[in-house]
Amino acid sequence: MDPLMRIQREARPESMLLNMGPSHPAMHGTLRIVLELDGEKILNSECEIGYLHRGFEKTCENKTWFNLLIYTDRLNYVSPLINNLGYAMAMEKMLGVTAPERAQLIRVLMSELSRVSDHLTCLAAMAMENGAFTVFLYMMKAREFLWDVIEFTTGARMTTSYIRIGGVRADLHPGWQASLTTAVRETRKVLKDVSGLLDKNSIFIGRTRGVGAISKEDALSYGWTGPCLRSTGIPYDVRKASPYLIYDRLSFEVPVGELGDNYDRYIVRMREMEQSLRLLEQVAALIPDAAPLAGGPVIEPAEAIAGSRRQRTGGRIRLSPNLEGYEKERLAGLTALDKPAALGSPASLIAVPPKEDTYTTMEGLISHFLFFMGGKGIRPPKGDVYFSVEGGNGEVGFYIVSDGTDRPYRLHLRAPCFHIVSALEQLIKGRLIADVVPTFGSMNMIGGELDR
Amino acid sequence: MGQETLIEAIRAKLGDAVERVADSFGDPVLILRPAAVRAAMAALREPPFDYAVLLDLTCVDFAASEGRFELVYHLFSLGRNVRLRLKASLAAADPAVETLVGLWKNAEWLEREVFDMFGVRFEGHPYLRRILTYEGFEGHALRKSYPWRLAQPRIPLKDDV
Repeated sequence: MDPLMRIQREARPESMLLNMGPSHPAMHGTLRIVLELDGEKILNSECEIGYLHRGFEKTCENKTWFNLLIYTDRLNYVSPLINNLGYAMAMEKMLGVTAPERAQLIRVLMSELSRVSDHLTCLAAMAMENGAFTVFLYMMKAREFLWDVIEFTTGARMTTSYIRIGGVRADLHPGWQASLTTAVRETRKVLKDVSGLLDKNSIFIGRTRGVGAISKEDALSYGWTGPCLRSTGIPYDVRKASPYLIYDRLSFEVPVGELGDNYDRYIVRMREMEQSLRLLEQVAALIPDAAPLAGGPVIEPAEAIAGSRRQRTGGRIRLSPNLEGYEKERLAGLTALDKPAALGSPASLIAVPPKEDTYTTMEGLISHFLFFMGGKGIRPPKGDVYFSVEGGNGEVGFYIVSDGTDRPYRLHLRAPCFHIVSALEQLIKGRLIADVVPTFGSMNMIGGELDR
Repeated sequence: MGQETLIEAIRAKLGDAVERVADSFGDPVLILRPAAVRAAMAALREPPFDYAVLLDLTCVDFAASEGRFELVYHLFSLGRNVRLRLKASLAAADPAVETLVGLWKNAEWLEREVFDMFGVRFEGHPYLRRILTYEGFEGHALRKSYPWRLAQPRIPLKDDV
């Protein structure tokens, strides 16, 4: 095979070839763009991707359905919960189960938190690369408040693995309303500040208005989805087009742009964040407080320890509702495992059995082993399935082929930014080097998802 | 147009390009003859079907079966708001199919990825080069015959641009 890239073979002898990336501060991770230049003008370019390729799909073929969930965190690492959701819902379509109502509400809440933080990250980086460092700091601050909510509930900031097949891992943390209210309030404030700093800023407009514009036809031909497609004026949003979870019961708008340039991509993301904040408030109002636990009074752990020194304590100990498996009654509302099915039957093996049972009963221990033992856990029927959700930068689709065993025969991710970045060469052709940075920044390239 | 009438209309239009229609968890799947893939796609892209978006292209290696490599295309029609899955099986020896470059712009990268991972050749592709791995990578990583965690030989440092 020819070791030379096309651009190296075809460049005119008098023009200069310049490497941008893979290690370049504006490349958001790793991407290499080779530019053919005449002075500062870009005659041609070629993107080389794959620097973050780590064999996600191959790895998944060698992991069980349950275990591969953690690898989906690492796809779009800015909004991992949406990847979790895409995988979990594709599996649910295959298994024919639906998550309980409360789990669905929590999933929407988590998706929208992730979407806002995804957009914040994208715009923060884009603004910083255009010299607006204040905006970067403001937006990172807002993201911390959002990630507080995520962290308190899931226990992690980025590698959450929280949304599981059949439901969610645990209940929302105690006092989640307060931290969510703070996050929404602070994010609103930041959006207002950023809007004031950038919307009519002539430097920002000069770098973005009319730069990196794409037509509707080209955007569709490149397979664009998400905010980038909507910036051209096409109101396609998976949440509206094929609603999943409870999105059809919520009211939100799909903002669109007109020109499909960098500025429109910025504006669309800003408007979308406002809509997501609206959604957060609606969902928060719908989520009931955790159902009171049946089965008698609970005692605090310290009290139980002190009491157990003297005699055998009969009371049930209050543990954090975030601890998976504890408080069986509550778990029933969070995963599709709502009644103890016959031992070893497929219905009982969708979610991890309650830990409380595992530690106290023989049947529970057997269920636990059956769930985790090779060849025994989740085993969807033979066939293939495609399911997509609206991610931070477009349609995140999982195409899964099952051969009826405990691990996927093939798992493919439709990564939205793979399609978006494939248009970069066209967008920067004929422009100046300085235009590469805002154009690339507005695309929201995420290496983990692009290279898989 | 309901889903079944749509599939019937597509079958009528594409004629013998469609081998059969399958159903997978409620989604219709058209199985195409590999030689007719490009013509069928070109017809589906135009009205009245209007599948303007090539949503996804991937491949599955059924190592044990006759048609070893199964290409899986996902099309999306914005006007109708429907997705369509199409498949075409290729033989194990020298798998090749006509390219979709020229119909959709993202086909160039998608086909490069399938070539990289499975070694499927796309005839007429202007620049069939590895995309996620690098020049000098040996084998095709997503083939079932490629062992997980196989170490690759070192490649020399690039004398770069």
